[in-house]
Amino acid sequence: MEPNTQKLIHSFGALADLGQEVADTGDFMEMVRTSLHLLLGTLAIRRGAIIECPTHHLPEDKSTNLLAVWGVGEDYQPKFDVEDADRDLFLKAPDGALLVSALVQSPKSKVQSQNGTGSGSDRVEDVATTAPASSLIFFDRYASQLQQQGFDLIIPMVVRGELTGLVLLGGKASGDPFTADDLEVIKSMVRHIGVGIHTHRLLGEVKQQVVENRRLYEDLRAIYRDTVRAFAAAIDIKDKYTQGHSERVGKYSEIIARELGFGEEEIEGMAIAGYLHDVGKLVVERDIINAPYRIDAKQSSELNRHPAAGYEILSPIHHPYADIPLMAKYHHERMDGRGYPDGLTDEQIPLGAKIVTLADSFDAMTTDRPYKTRRTFDEVILDLRRNTGSQFDPIVVIAFCRALMKELTGETKKRRFAKMLGKNYLDATKDIPLLTQLLAELDPNTQTAAVGSGS
Amino acid sequence: MSLKEPQTKLYATAAQTKVYATKEEPLADLKSNVRSHTVGTTAVVYASDYLNKLTGERIERECKKQLDSGARALVIDFSDTELVNSIGISILLGIIDIAEKNGALVVFSDVNNETVQLFEMLGLTRHVVLAKDEEEALTNLSTSSKAMGH
Repeated sequence: MEPNTQKLIHSFGALADLGQEVADTGDFMEMVRTSLHLLLGTLAIRRGAIIECPTHHLPEDKSTNLLAVWGVGEDYQPKFDVEDADRDLFLKAPDGALLVSALVQSPKSKVQSQNGTGSGSDRVEDVATTAPASSLIFFDRYASQLQQQGFDLIIPMVVRGELTGLVLLGGKASGDPFTADDLEVIKSMVRHIGVGIHTHRLLGEVKQQVVENRRLYEDLRAIYRDTVRAFAAAIDIKDKYTQGHSERVGKYSEIIARELGFGEEEIEGMAIAGYLHDVGKLVVERDIINAPYRIDAKQSSELNRHPAAGYEILSPIHHPYADIPLMAKYHHERMDGRGYPDGLTDEQIPLGAKIVTLADSFDAMTTDRPYKTRRTFDEVILDLRRNTGSQFDPIVVIAFCRALMKELTGETKKRRFAKMLGKNYLDATKDIPLLTQLLAELDPNTQTAAVGSGS
Repeated sequence: MSLKEPQTKLYATAAQTKVYATKEEPLADLKSNVRSHTVGTTAVVYASDYLNKLTGERIERECKKQLDSGARALVIDFSDTELVNSIGISILLGIIDIAEKNGALVVFSDVNNETVQLFEMLGLTRHVVLAKDEEEALTNLSTSSKAMGH
């Protein structure tokens, strides 16, 4: 085989390997190290280094970062400062290479280029001075050191107009000078490596941005949740008899949503809807809310404004969850159309609002009010049986009962109902049969499972 | 003998290698999967069928280990090697560098014609000696050693 053909095949093989290596985003340092080997091995260059330059986004950071080195010794850990003027010089010669020996002999930049016709035997010679003397800080500082380490060439890696790094190369094993063809191969490979480093940088920045965005998002969610809780506390403070009502409705709504198989985001949204369902009460007179007696029709009408008022308050807010204002607006609607404010029926009422309706009613029944004490569990079951289908959606009642059943039977270790109702309110022995019976009436398919889990 | 000067290929007779055959110490490194053994102060390391990054690094480690253990010459045997890629070349240059720093000689033995052409084209043959096979490499190293008074 002709030497030139063999050389070409060897170079093509290395380029193909390099392309594959650069495209592999697995281990960045390994990619750079392998790329350096490929570059050195293509022309049998005895030593080399790949150095990353700081991005121009960080002007205060001038120090380079050694990514890979070969043939110099493991102790060699160069760190260079790249001044703005140096950067300009490197950027002005994106396709060039700088000959270290020329810089040592005469401190001015020499850009390597092809001489004559460009045949493989042409030698690389210094042909141009492209930068003013003031821009030679890098070479004044480091040219001698680089020459002592056996580096002959500096090739800037320029990607999309940005100085990504520098490649330092020693001489060839053959002892021959670099030819113009050699330089073309080197520049081509260096461009590949530069793209690999640039891509890695971009990926790093994107990953960092994603992490930062996630952190900001979590912060915002936490602020939102805290604000909602504060709001709920403010609502409940206005009603001295129902302290903690909004928070409990939030928790019951969350429990029902989970039992219905909602996703985590939706469950959190339901909790928020529960916390805020009574926000409209802020516009209702305190005397009406706190009346220690059954309120009259006029007062009742005033109180019944609160769902629509709540909607008005919540609508301008960009909630991270859907339909929060609607859930506040429709939490007093009924399946039979006898609710308020709009007298909607069954499917006209959003499921979320139906959940809040049951959570609200259950808490109203199980907490003391100024004009009556709370109901026993038997009475609550009776109310649910009587009003399911007319006031409450059976699907929601079934989910609620199942969740309660799981706690009473010990299927779940969480004692969420007990915490809210007080430890003496529920009695598993009495309440499980009541729930089983109600579930059987509402959903015959549930009976076996409910009884089974209780046994 | 200076490693930096171009070397002539060495040839030896089978009889000349017998002296060393009795001193062989098998040192197959199971972990790195690189076969090697020593003959006196010469370490013989066997390259694999395809000299790439993985196998090249194993050979480099083995050579370093042998030099650290006092080897004064390295014979890298390419009898199983069909192909050497750019990474392999770079790693071999690294081994040559380390050997030079340790004052050790490097001989490549049983290299196929295609790879010899590649080594010659890239100038590796200016830094190593090529031998027909392991026996010849060991024989000629022995001759060189005696000539240098070692």
